[in-house]
Amino acid sequence: MSPGASPRNSSHSFRRSIRSASLRKGDFSRSTRSLLDIESLSDNDIHSLLKQAARFTKVKPKQAPLKGRHIALLFYESSTRTRCSFELAAKSLGASTTLVSATASSIEKGESLVDTGSTLAAMGAECIVMRHPSSGAPHVLARHLPIPIINAGDGMHEHPSQALLDCYTILQHRRSMRGLRLLLVGDIFHSRVARSNALLLTRLGAQVTFCGPPALLPDIAETIAPGVRIVRDFDAALPTADVIMMLRVQKERLSGLQLSVDDYVRDYQLTSERLAIAPANALVMHPGPMVRGMELTSDVADGARSLVLEQVRNGVAVRRAILLRALGGRA
Amino acid sequence: MKRKLDLANARSLLVSGGTLTGGSDEKARSADILIENGRIAAIESTGKIPANGRVVLKANGLIVAPGFIDLHVHLREPGQSYKETIATGTGAAAAGGFTTVCPMPNTTPINDSAEITRWMQAPERDAVVKVRPVAAATVGSNGERLTDFNSLVDAGAVAVSDDGRPILGDRIMREALEAARRANIPVIQHAEDTRLSQGCTMHSGPTSFRLGLRGMSAEAEAAVVARDIALAATTKAHLHVAHLSTAAALEQVRAARKRGIHVTCEVTPHHLLLTDEEVGDYDTNCKMNPPLRSELDRQAMWDGLHDGTIDCIATDHAPHAAHEKDQEFDRAPFGITGLETALPIALMVAAGDLASAVRWLSSNPAKVMAWSEDGIIRVGANADLVIFDADEEWVFTAEDSKSKSKNSPFIGKRLCGRVRHTIVDGRVVYSL
Repeated sequence: MSPGASPRNSSHSFRRSIRSASLRKGDFSRSTRSLLDIESLSDNDIHSLLKQAARFTKVKPKQAPLKGRHIALLFYESSTRTRCSFELAAKSLGASTTLVSATASSIEKGESLVDTGSTLAAMGAECIVMRHPSSGAPHVLARHLPIPIINAGDGMHEHPSQALLDCYTILQHRRSMRGLRLLLVGDIFHSRVARSNALLLTRLGAQVTFCGPPALLPDIAETIAPGVRIVRDFDAALPTADVIMMLRVQKERLSGLQLSVDDYVRDYQLTSERLAIAPANALVMHPGPMVRGMELTSDVADGARSLVLEQVRNGVAVRRAILLRALGGRA
Repeated sequence: MKRKLDLANARSLLVSGGTLTGGSDEKARSADILIENGRIAAIESTGKIPANGRVVLKANGLIVAPGFIDLHVHLREPGQSYKETIATGTGAAAAGGFTTVCPMPNTTPINDSAEITRWMQAPERDAVVKVRPVAAATVGSNGERLTDFNSLVDAGAVAVSDDGRPILGDRIMREALEAARRANIPVIQHAEDTRLSQGCTMHSGPTSFRLGLRGMSAEAEAAVVARDIALAATTKAHLHVAHLSTAAALEQVRAARKRGIHVTCEVTPHHLLLTDEEVGDYDTNCKMNPPLRSELDRQAMWDGLHDGTIDCIATDHAPHAAHEKDQEFDRAPFGITGLETALPIALMVAAGDLASAVRWLSSNPAKVMAWSEDGIIRVGANADLVIFDADEEWVFTAEDSKSKSKNSPFIGKRLCGRVRHTIVDGRVVYSL
């Protein structure tokens, strides 16, 4: 800082001066093989994960590259597909798994997250796959443990394995992400899937549009990634959508927000009539769990253009790739 | 060791060769200060006062200023001594150059009585600097029934506040202001409409959206400040807005001051320096209430302090144990320590204007509280002084911190400006 010059406006440089000894990134003992969020993945990471998943889809792993390895599944929040998907992925690679869930463990007795994680590591867990209702919880664990932490969904923050499997699924139907028009519809604010997908797919060249009512989609959402835009009118957004990704209204996270179901269904439910406005080859996706009759109708969910079960199927392959990367085995 | 004892016990102390800033003539000058029996006995040009066997504190090349006054600290006693005690908290205050601190009433139990107010000031607490408590405005800080302001003032309370649990009810706030006016003390308000900010953990903006954290809107602060100003106008009481953090609330204060309403306010060092982006990867040492705001808000705080709309800097020193901060962001408590890093940040904001930094930390908080004996260096006044090196670069470390808690975003950071000695009533209570 030059003497006499006011650092008022040059906030960046003056704050950097106070941060000069900043340890924020460096002091993490975080393993580079963790998967905490899309943001901390390099382009290379993304491509090799997708490539590895493709290999797993073509050929089932014959040997067990993670034989004798131990993976803990730490679930503070309920889950069907993500938990099973990681468990099947781990087992198919030969690893053994332990499931710890919040309601049947010392977590109920007030044990801290860090203590729970340390306990699992001390018992031989070489990787922890965790889901947690608090945004950033995996980052806390990653700061304290030397083993890779896989984020299986943290609060409203991110769900990186879901975005990777969504991306993988889209790429099975489209040659490239570049220029692909993705429409994410519904409860964007509470959705970790929306954040991870917006971050991942824009990075690969897709155009992401968020669609939803202001209460579930604040204007600030546009700032998540470059090029993301908001269109409130579902019918206006549909004609230019290549992929329509429907999201569940997260009743458990509304925290007092009053939402008229009738209005929501009228304005944002994906029906076959609405789907008819979209391009003929538009794909329909949903990360699950679906609430039929709310964000989409059964005929759409089960329709020819729905990739819902493909997403689930691909989830296992993508998670195999994630676990293999975490534990450094060879396929 | 012997020298430290001499300094601590000297009845007569000569501070020689320092540059006096914040004296009655406002102009910095080189001077010697003679202290006798806890008071300033003489101020003369350097070399004019003979040493005569007195204990001499050489301050050559250093700044001598009125001791700093912090109107907003949390000393955690009674009840939360694992975070801080009055002894350790005032030790941190002394290390930061503060000679007077005003502990907030959110202790366990809440300081809503003359007994607790007296207990906090009792000699057994081993306070190193002066402790002038802010007592609760309502019983249990429940916002329902006023405490007995007169008995609190008799016990030594200097203001009332329900800090952390803002007084939201219009009627009870008006009653508090009226009673405070009669007792001749300010009402200090933590301005936050908690009905708007429930469940929120940081400032509402791009960073909170990206991190998936619920954000506190700037309106939650501005709305309460606007309401309080209206009530201060009708009651003619003194409203002091704690830790102002948004441009919108600052505008309210600026307009109110123009209308002649008795409103004062403070800003914390961290709101002058950091923004919500600092939360980074869920750094709980950047979690406090009010939260770090946007860059525009931060710059507004800077301007407000420089143009005098913001009276002073207060640290909102809020110690928390490591195990409390070391958890999920939404579970970690709000607050960071601040006493030991206030001076370098004030100097940075003052951008070389030493007199401004000293004004924000010493004379202005004294003026806010109408303490004519404090925040000034003049013959006859209490010898509460800080002696600091405005140019020394140093790294603030957890090991060196005197606070019992280490929850500061400035740990490990290089700072410029360091306290060398702190003198309270003529006794040297801290020497580097």
